[in-house]
Amino acid sequence: MLRLLQPVRSIHLAPILRLGAPLNATEIRKTLKFEFSKDNQRRVKALLAWYPQAEWKGALLPLLDIAQRQQGWLSISAVQAVAETIKIDPMEAFEAAQFYTMFFMKPRGKYVVSVCTSTPCKLRGGDEIFEACKKTLNLEHGQTTPDMQFTLKEDYCMGACVNAPVLAVNDDMYEDLDEKSLSKILADLRNDKLPPAGPRNGRFASEPKGGLTTLKIPPPPPGFMMQKLPDPKKKKCQ
Amino acid sequence: MIRAPLVKALGALGSPTHQMASRAVRTSAMVAQTPAKAPEKIEVFVDDIPVQVVPGTTVLQAAAQIGVEIPRFCYHERLAVAGNCRMCLVEVEKSPKPVAACAMPVMKGWRIKTNSDLTRKAREGVMEFLLMNHPLDCPICDQGGECDLQDQAMAFGSDRSRFTDINYTGKRAVEDKDIGPLVKTIMTRCIHCTRCVRFASEIAGVDDLGTTGRGNDMQIGTYVEKLFLTELSGNVIDLCPVGALTNKPYSFVARPWEIRKVSSIDVLDAVGSNIVVSTRTNEVLRILPRENEDVNEEWLADKSRFACDGLKRQRLVAPMVRMPNGELQAVEWEGALIAVAKAVKAAGGQIAGISGQLADLEAQVALKDLLNRLGSEVVATEQGFIAGGTDNRANYLLNSTIAGLEEADAVLLVGTNPRYEAPLVNTRLRKAYVHNELQIASIGPKIDLSYDHENLGADAALVKDVCSGAHAFSKVLEGAKKPAIIIGADLLERADGAAIHATVAEYCKKLKKPNWNPFNVLQTNAAQVGALDVGYKAGAQTAVKAQPKVLFLLNADAGKVTREQLPKDCFVVYIGSHGDNGASIADAVLPGAAYTEKQGIYVNTEGRPQQTLPGVSPPGMAREDWKILRALSEVVGKPLPYDNLDELRNRLEDVAPHLTRLGHLEPAGDAGAAGAISKSIGGGAIDIKLKELRDYFMTDAISRASPTMAKCISAVNKQQRENEAKQSVAI
Repeated sequence: MLRLLQPVRSIHLAPILRLGAPLNATEIRKTLKFEFSKDNQRRVKALLAWYPQAEWKGALLPLLDIAQRQQGWLSISAVQAVAETIKIDPMEAFEAAQFYTMFFMKPRGKYVVSVCTSTPCKLRGGDEIFEACKKTLNLEHGQTTPDMQFTLKEDYCMGACVNAPVLAVNDDMYEDLDEKSLSKILADLRNDKLPPAGPRNGRFASEPKGGLTTLKIPPPPPGFMMQKLPDPKKKKCQ
Repeated sequence: MIRAPLVKALGALGSPTHQMASRAVRTSAMVAQTPAKAPEKIEVFVDDIPVQVVPGTTVLQAAAQIGVEIPRFCYHERLAVAGNCRMCLVEVEKSPKPVAACAMPVMKGWRIKTNSDLTRKAREGVMEFLLMNHPLDCPICDQGGECDLQDQAMAFGSDRSRFTDINYTGKRAVEDKDIGPLVKTIMTRCIHCTRCVRFASEIAGVDDLGTTGRGNDMQIGTYVEKLFLTELSGNVIDLCPVGALTNKPYSFVARPWEIRKVSSIDVLDAVGSNIVVSTRTNEVLRILPRENEDVNEEWLADKSRFACDGLKRQRLVAPMVRMPNGELQAVEWEGALIAVAKAVKAAGGQIAGISGQLADLEAQVALKDLLNRLGSEVVATEQGFIAGGTDNRANYLLNSTIAGLEEADAVLLVGTNPRYEAPLVNTRLRKAYVHNELQIASIGPKIDLSYDHENLGADAALVKDVCSGAHAFSKVLEGAKKPAIIIGADLLERADGAAIHATVAEYCKKLKKPNWNPFNVLQTNAAQVGALDVGYKAGAQTAVKAQPKVLFLLNADAGKVTREQLPKDCFVVYIGSHGDNGASIADAVLPGAAYTEKQGIYVNTEGRPQQTLPGVSPPGMAREDWKILRALSEVVGKPLPYDNLDELRNRLEDVAPHLTRLGHLEPAGDAGAAGAISKSIGGGAIDIKLKELRDYFMTDAISRASPTMAKCISAVNKQQRENEAKQSVAI
């Protein structure tokens, strides 16, 4: 059982699922018929094992995610396949798929570039990053390049405010951007080279740029500075 | 598919949110299922008036208890609580924000202010937001005059607008959807109350409607271009608080203040739904449901609602007599009555009468009286029933009652499809399925009942299996608190119908519980129960076998009698409203009144007599059916002893006193035929006439004449063709 669950836990790390399936316009028709692939069928099965059958409905979002990762986007037949799998009405699955902005109901580019323009990123130049993306990719918000390489989105807070400004490409975050690093990222993506994710100004994760100022030593173990409690096993000696 | 037992089970645990969810479903049901000890009532104050309520009551219900109505759009007492319109915001003392009254359960000692400044301000704000994206097209909107939004904007809205975008650049606009020939959509007017979505999934059991998109882009619709095809689709028109879903055949026809409303009864199925007939200038414009908890709650099936345009077409407007050249020719009443009287006198008592689907009780009594006076006892209903089974009323009634079926917990359907034979009985079964863990099995062809059920098979021998206790489902029935077996009326026309009936009746004696009769026959004809009650024999063949010289067809249009079965010289008299099967074989046609044109009693499938009231007068020379028979009796020389409706009703009271107590249900005893049944159940598959939606729309003379019903059938066919095409292309 545990082995069965393993791939589900690391669903975002599964190499096949890392990037949406490559897709071009001529392939759209083919993909309109949807069936879970062998691997994904295994994942679906493992996922559903988590839920009692009456509550399979709860697996709706992860299943839609798997379907989207397989197909690159969610066609109506994919939504229907998910609905059939968990035995709910297609309309219900469709409502959920329509509601969440990370589900794409239309074919999307191979790389979905979402730029954050919420307050912290805006203060740190998120708008300029977005403008630069628009100019470089020649796209407006929500549009896809004709070669199905890029989809551009203006997005809301991605929770990486400390590394503002940020953009996300599919599942990866690129942080602390300026226009130079941005153009490099986009150029790499155009050549299908996936640049390593993370900050672009040299720092590690969200640590201060000039090195650590606090937390320099390993944190003390549990029980640090706690009052010594008498061992209940030992008898108190009077 | 929605089903609530889990929520209900949690509700019993007493958590307020779960109680709320289950109450959403139905208030009284929740009260009933709370443990035997009545919960202590708590006191709250609505506008400083103390109210005692059961725990879990919402603010809105508490206010309703003392007659304070809180405005609402999305809340509907028969649907789950959605809480998304925010119109019901009220101030609660010590609460920092106004609360949504429809979804908030009251707490002890709350002081609710339904008319404070804060409450009024909240309502005004909500109204302003709603109107911001609502087109102000009331002058061309069909809902105008009966629109909740209009009324509440007047009562609670601001007296001026802050909307300055006179070029309407910012106003939201939504594409209209084509969801079928019955419901017209103007989606820009939608305020997203989701009542239609909840109705479709909870009551109708089709999850076709839903909300797509989010925020300003939210829309109500179907996920692919699809028609909203169900036998209950018309109800979303009543539910829609604005003009987004309106009556398509009625669109741009009339304003609510121009029309006269008459409370009446629907006769197109045997449920006896209570209706309001809207008329103007002697024309029936539309039919709306009227609330009756015991019969139709507040719903109405599509045929009953939309077939009213059939009342204007194919009508018989003048008496007609068949000429020697074989053609029916219009004549004066005098000529027609004399022609019929001549034939009657010549027949010398060899007369028979057949009463059809839409005949009212008065006409049936008059026909029977007339024939008896002329020396004939042969009066029969057109639809068959078991021989000798009509003496006991319980044999042909829905004894568990329509409202009672809601409480059933195990139901066996034998040769019936309640979804199309009686849609509003099916909604009760569905309600029991959703909220009462009802287990349903059916014997007959595989059908879609809008809820899960087990199909035991189509073989008639299964009835015997189940009733002998050997079948697996027998255990379910025997273990149930309120089991019910429902037999289709058409099934009993079979040769072994009597055996099936007797077997089931015998088994039901075993299943019987105090105050619960499990034996049910689901009738399909509005006139059937009444006719059997006043002593009609069952089956057109009874009349045919007598080989009469004169045959009266009273609204008999099902085509069960053909010219070939009758003696060559038989004189057929048709009394009825529409030129249909009956009139086509008649030698004399006497035009009668349809159900919207006469005051007549109809007895529904549970045995409840109710009366129709005339909304319009019969067209042309047509007259009320019993008056025609009264006039004929005069010409024949055996005058009937009643000259007006009251006297006729007195006569009816002599025949069957329970039928004049309108709206009152007379319980019947145990079912069971008097004579011993020797025949056994033959094998052979059980069939059902109304299997699919397309079979539902045309079942009688009125709906066959209705162009709207024809459009419905073609829409269903079109949808099916499209589905098949899609499958074959396999995209």
